[in-house]
Amino acid sequence: MVRVALAGLGKMGLSHCAIINTHPDVELVAVCDTFEYVLSIFGKHSKLKTYKDFHRMLQAEALDAVIVATPSQYHASMVHDALSADLHVFCEKPLCLDAEEGARLASLAEKRKRVNQVGYHHRFIATFHEAKRLLEFNILGKLHHIRAEAHGPVVLKSKSGTWRTRRHEGGGCLYDYASHAIDLVNYMVGRPRAVGGTILNSIFSGDVEDGVYANLFYDDGLTGQIAANWSDESQRKMATQVTIWGANGKIFADRQELQIYLRDTAFVPDELRKGWNARYTTDLTEPVWFYLRGEEYSAQLSHFIDAIKTGHLDTRSTFRSAMETDLVISAMVRDSESPLTETESQSTSGPIMDVVESKRFGITSPKEPDDAPRHHNGGYQ
Amino acid sequence: MTQVIFGDNQFFGINHRSEEKARFQAIKFQELSAIIEAIDAAYEEGIKIFMCTTHERIAGICDHIRAYPERYEQFEFYPCMPYAHKYANAVTEKGLIGALRSFLPEENTLGALIGGAISAARKDVDGLATLLIDSEMKMFRGLKTPVIFLQNVVTDLILGLGMNDTFKIFAEHVKHRYNAEPGFITMNAPRLLDQLEECGIDNPIICSNINKIGFRMCGGAKHYETVIATRRFRPIAMSIFASGAIPPDEAIAYICRQPQIESIVFGASSRRNIRQTKHLIDTYTARAA
Repeated sequence: MVRVALAGLGKMGLSHCAIINTHPDVELVAVCDTFEYVLSIFGKHSKLKTYKDFHRMLQAEALDAVIVATPSQYHASMVHDALSADLHVFCEKPLCLDAEEGARLASLAEKRKRVNQVGYHHRFIATFHEAKRLLEFNILGKLHHIRAEAHGPVVLKSKSGTWRTRRHEGGGCLYDYASHAIDLVNYMVGRPRAVGGTILNSIFSGDVEDGVYANLFYDDGLTGQIAANWSDESQRKMATQVTIWGANGKIFADRQELQIYLRDTAFVPDELRKGWNARYTTDLTEPVWFYLRGEEYSAQLSHFIDAIKTGHLDTRSTFRSAMETDLVISAMVRDSESPLTETESQSTSGPIMDVVESKRFGITSPKEPDDAPRHHNGGYQ
Repeated sequence: MTQVIFGDNQFFGINHRSEEKARFQAIKFQELSAIIEAIDAAYEEGIKIFMCTTHERIAGICDHIRAYPERYEQFEFYPCMPYAHKYANAVTEKGLIGALRSFLPEENTLGALIGGAISAARKDVDGLATLLIDSEMKMFRGLKTPVIFLQNVVTDLILGLGMNDTFKIFAEHVKHRYNAEPGFITMNAPRLLDQLEECGIDNPIICSNINKIGFRMCGGAKHYETVIATRRFRPIAMSIFASGAIPPDEAIAYICRQPQIESIVFGASSRRNIRQTKHLIDTYTARAA
């Protein structure tokens, strides 16, 4: 049995707690939160041990792994301490609010050979995973554009007050919603080299953005766009979708459907045909032992536990891959503050040609020197 | 005869196989009159039970049914609570306590005495749960609600956390306050049945996905078949078509081959589909008998 403890009993923490508690190979030993009301409910109604102090829990319990589902600002120190105690760690997304910190944690986990995984659960949604598998067959030929979107109804009026709406605590649509779209792009086609034209729009929130729109640039001419908006009341819950265009066709995926269009020029594997192909979650999704809100939440935790049992460190959503997502996020924040290209021409009668300044921001790994070019003029398209 | 129940997913943009289809349906049922038209079509086909979430728009349906008591004399609601997204979105926006506060009665308007009682009740799950149930049930005042269900997200959350005594709190309150039978919706029926039995809820009403392809049936279709055939509970089958993955004929034949399945809940948007489904269920039930 894998002995697990869980920290953070908010929305995701409760969900992880219920799922991992039913896993046949797991003994959920204890839970931890600073909120006494929740602890008292667990104390009274569940068989789990409760702790108010994370370090006390780590010291007192013999553990193999922890699940960290606290508000984002606490991830870095808790994950660090858990790794230092030689535990395998599953951390809710985003990994860290500081990409350099994330890189250090990824290195620490790799050095200590601990299984490390971040809760980017879209990687475990069958349609997206299948899209990724098909891309690996190169069925679309040379890719030229990817678009990932996430829309949902979280902030619909101007007054609200949890950490999710406070920027310095990791709130906002960029960390909460756009991060999923960015991570999906990274999963499908790798991390972009640069971002440009980032818009962080406040619709209702004072301190954070409610909408995120950005362009992505790759070395080989591939471009991408992210669109995320958590103030979209027309959606019942978060809806994510990805479209990828290549020379030989296109792939569209959301959580239910996968649609593939292949041109005559495409290499068509036996399982597909030219023209439209439709696949559904009902055909693609592997059964799980316990279901709560979506198979992907169970699948990601099962993947984590399997990795611990087999010693397979390269999980589908490692700290390193999550750190890459954090890198794109921080590049978008910097990019959003850069000057705009004015539409007002200097000569009012002439064509609008002036580019005040290029707006593409390079995404550099924290290990690379910090003086990497920040204001690219492109050259890679 | 297999009891047929009309469901409400189609009215609220829920389709587990296609977001596009879900959106078309949400547009189609934007006006309350369109929902009522579908409910009327089902009622005329002999489907007298409407199983619905406690979505705020259901309140309008309740008003309509209340307004025509003779016409809807045999009409029954099976409320399913809570409408989970309402809470999940509120928790994201306001935090756990903020969300609870927003769904509970206003203390100030109720006066200090009741206010104090509410504050005290908030300290334990029993009091909190019963207050939330009452708040969800308000819209059904004066209407027939012989079975009241706990929605699957909440059922399965409690099941996973192992807080089984909470099921008992729900069951007792529903029985005593509403003279109704408790029902439980789940995606994990075999596991839930074990736990309900353990906490003393005998012969429970359990509504779960039951379909030929095992879609969202934790433990698998074969295991469900055995549990249904051999254990004491009252199963209600939902998602029998697995959101359109199984042809209607095949889907219904599969359910009707299992005589222990007492009821089927399905959602349909057109009179034609409602009639066809009801006809197929009646035909296969008669054939199995």
